[in-house]
Amino acid sequence: MAYKIIEKRQLVPDVHLMNIQAPDVAAAAKAGQFIILRIDEAGERIPLTIADYNADEGSVTIIFQEMGKTTKQLAKMSAGEELLDFVGPLGKESEIEKLGTVVLVGGGVGIAPIYPQAKEYRAAGNKVISIIGARNKDMLILEAEMIAASDEVLVATDDGSKGHHGFVTDLVKQLLDGEEHIDRIVAIGPPIMMRAVADVTGPYDVETLVSLNPIMVDGTGMCGGCRVNVGGEVKFACVDGPEFNAKDVDFNLLMSRLSFYRKEEADAITKSQKGCGDDCKCQ
Amino acid sequence: MSIRPKMPQQAPEGRITNFDEVALGYTEEQAILEAERCLECKNPKCVEGCPVNIDIPGFISKIKEGDFQEAITIIKATNTLPAVCGRVCPQEEQCEKLCILGNKSEPIAIGRLERICADREREVGVKDPVVAPSTGKTVAIVGSGPAGLTAASDLAKVGHSVTIFEALHEAGGVLIYGIPEFRLPKAIVKEEVDYIRKLGADIKMDYVIGRILTLDQLTDRFDAVFLGTGAGLPKFMGIEGENLNGVYSANEFLTRVNLMKAYNNSFDTPIKRASNVIVVGGGNVAMDAARSALRLGADEVSIVYRRSDEELPARREEIEHAKEEGIVFRLLTNPVRIIEGENMSVNGVECVRMELGEPDESGRRRPEVVEGSEHIVDADIVIMAIGTSPNPIIFDGSKGLEVTPWGTIVVDEAGMSSIEGVCAGGDAVTGAATVISAMGAGKLAADTINKYLSK
Ligand SMILES: Cc1cc2nc3c(=O)[nH]c(=O)nc-3n(C[C@H](O)[C@H](O)[C@H](O)COP(=O)(O)OP(=O)(O)OC[C@H]3O[C@@H](n4cnc5c(N)ncnc54)[C@H](O)[C@@H]3O)c2cc1C
Ligand SMILES: Cc1cc2nc3c(=O)[nH]c(=O)nc-3n(C[C@H](O)[C@H](O)[C@H](O)COP(=O)(O)OP(=O)(O)OC[C@H]3O[C@@H](n4cnc5c(N)ncnc54)[C@H](O)[C@@H]3O)c2cc1C
Ligand code: SF4
Ligand code: SF4
Ligand code: FES
Repeated sequence: MAYKIIEKRQLVPDVHLMNIQAPDVAAAAKAGQFIILRIDEAGERIPLTIADYNADEGSVTIIFQEMGKTTKQLAKMSAGEELLDFVGPLGKESEIEKLGTVVLVGGGVGIAPIYPQAKEYRAAGNKVISIIGARNKDMLILEAEMIAASDEVLVATDDGSKGHHGFVTDLVKQLLDGEEHIDRIVAIGPPIMMRAVADVTGPYDVETLVSLNPIMVDGTGMCGGCRVNVGGEVKFACVDGPEFNAKDVDFNLLMSRLSFYRKEEADAITKSQKGCGDDCKCQ
Repeated sequence: MSIRPKMPQQAPEGRITNFDEVALGYTEEQAILEAERCLECKNPKCVEGCPVNIDIPGFISKIKEGDFQEAITIIKATNTLPAVCGRVCPQEEQCEKLCILGNKSEPIAIGRLERICADREREVGVKDPVVAPSTGKTVAIVGSGPAGLTAASDLAKVGHSVTIFEALHEAGGVLIYGIPEFRLPKAIVKEEVDYIRKLGADIKMDYVIGRILTLDQLTDRFDAVFLGTGAGLPKFMGIEGENLNGVYSANEFLTRVNLMKAYNNSFDTPIKRASNVIVVGGGNVAMDAARSALRLGADEVSIVYRRSDEELPARREEIEHAKEEGIVFRLLTNPVRIIEGENMSVNGVECVRMELGEPDESGRRRPEVVEGSEHIVDADIVIMAIGTSPNPIIFDGSKGLEVTPWGTIVVDEAGMSSIEGVCAGGDAVTGAATVISAMGAGKLAADTINKYLSK
């Protein structure tokens, strides 16, 4: 079975959106879940969050940032081409219910997984306040979509080129100190951002959820490579998560495990840029 | 007293630098010579030892005549995966254990003879199967390991429309992701899977039941279901340092190596190449992980096992192969803590020595810690091969499927689960066991489903 790329566009430099033909996945997908794809026979299996899905059209949207070998290779593909594998939906769906006011925090490419949650929280009858952030205004994705899906959108950029000059956490703190009662905060982005949000909300009595992104292989609970420490217990993010209570997460462990293959990843990039053949031993 | 011919194999010095098959298989002459020793017993004990009751004297008598074609036909009447079983069955515990010749000299090398018949058939080309006319009944098989493949093949042969759902991107279960190439070439597994496709079975890869469809949806859409979901959930010891970088479950390590071909430079899969590797455990899984790590270029690989050599649960042949290759066996030793080095990565393992005390419930002598025997073994990679439990994802969104507290599926003696029309078998029912027992369970379930569908 191959999975056709129906649409592909660049959102901002290094971040791309793809619509993939995968009717069975689209029919089962829920906010908070992810897929694992493999481009070709020699490819790695990489996890990406489901950023949107359309059961009628049988399509699933992914939004990814160019990080290393696989995402760069994916970025070079265009509509009409096919992916070899597209497994999903994986992970537990977000528990979306009517709570009152929900704050959704998305950092960088983390805005993509926040987007379907915004739609579903609002559909469930919540007031949705979204805080989205990026390095600068040219790196901000899905702003229009987030505005359409939320009751209120606050923007933060590291360089102040748009919205608040500073981090999303500053805006989270302002909201927490404000008048409005907040029933839940969901933060998705780089681990360092999620940890910062957890640090900010820690002293407040507000439920804070994060979506963890450890290195995964199968995504079905079979390898244990995705294990994370939550509240002193070992959890497999692919089946027990990816969403966990932020205050219990050991972010240092997550970040260190994410960097485990740094050398191998760098080598893979060099090798693909040099265009070495199959038997190359230049590493 | 006559003994079996020696198995030709790759020399240890050479084979530790490649992933090619170690045991090369008998030549026809050797096979015929070995077959000659068989007494063709009237009441063959060997057959009782084989979980699928292959007519062993029957196929061996054909080898004596040099008729490998007829021999494989006899084998295939009861065993759909002979090329696999001939290689990985724990024969010394099964068919060969009961061979009458074993009392006085060496038992007949039944597994090796089975292997050559299957290999010869592959060389000349497997005949296309004859499939019965369609019954119009549909069966869903979850999992494409030996249990699922066997059930699929038996059900497709009698004309049912079979769909296999497999979570991974390749069919074969442990045969593909767990057992390494040097013990079971993947081309063999692929051919067996192709054969099942030729029987008309549809195999849907990348299809996780419990996520994309639930078991309840499957029972609505199909006339019957077989669950062969295996026991792939890795166990950890719960000791300090187990989440450090460089601690792998055997499943992860072997999946990266086998399914994802990390040993092959043209694949993208990353794997750590280490100088000192410690593998905890003493079963086939531990041997496979240790020997794979050695082939990836480690300087020293040791097996750490808490009982003695005698209790090692792996197949003897694999233990011998591992020893020949230079794997260090740290027996009567148990890890108590993994030591942290730079950047939260493994820097060594603190172990204690063990001694064997009184026998426990399982009849094996219980290992006890020797006081004050703490010592540190250098390591930069630790691989945990201490067992697995059933894959749990299948239970998401299934009502009424009875499971034990250990997560294994409850079935009756015919292989039927607590849901009518849903059978289960293999590691998902027994916990981690063997290829041939999973196949036996797949066969039994196919038979039960067949009866159920013709009601
Ligand atoms: C549940 C989940 C959802 C994710 N959703 C998104 C998303 O929506 N958009 C997006 O851009 N990224 C997402 N990621 C991260 C994405 O999987 C990685 O960026 C990608 O795997 C990098 O692969 P690469 O070969 O391009 O880079 P590499 O050079 O291989 O790696 C770059 C970095 O990515 C991480 N990484 C590498 N391999 C994996 C792997 N198999 N699994 C997880 N992380 C890995 C590591 O931190 C590594 O240092 C998600 C990760 C997880 C676990
Ligand atoms: C490293 C290793 C070495 C071994 N060596 C030997 C040996 O030498 N001799 C021997 O006899 N035995 C050996 N075994 C044991 C043997 O491989 C197993 O007992 C046997 O494979 C069990 O077969 P199975 O069909 O029950 O399950 P598996 O082979 O585990 O297959 C189960 C399949 O189901 C799939 N699956 C699970 N859940 C789902 C789901 N929800 N949806 C879709 N698909 C799903 C899995 O991805 C997998 O492919 C070894 C095992 C390992 C791990
Ligand atoms: S299938 Fe296994 S137990 Fe049966 S005869 Fe063959 S090797 Fe022996
Ligand atoms: S028991 Fe041994 S000698 Fe007798 S038939 Fe079986 S293999 Fe041959
Ligand atoms: S990715 Fe393998 S267990 Fe989670």
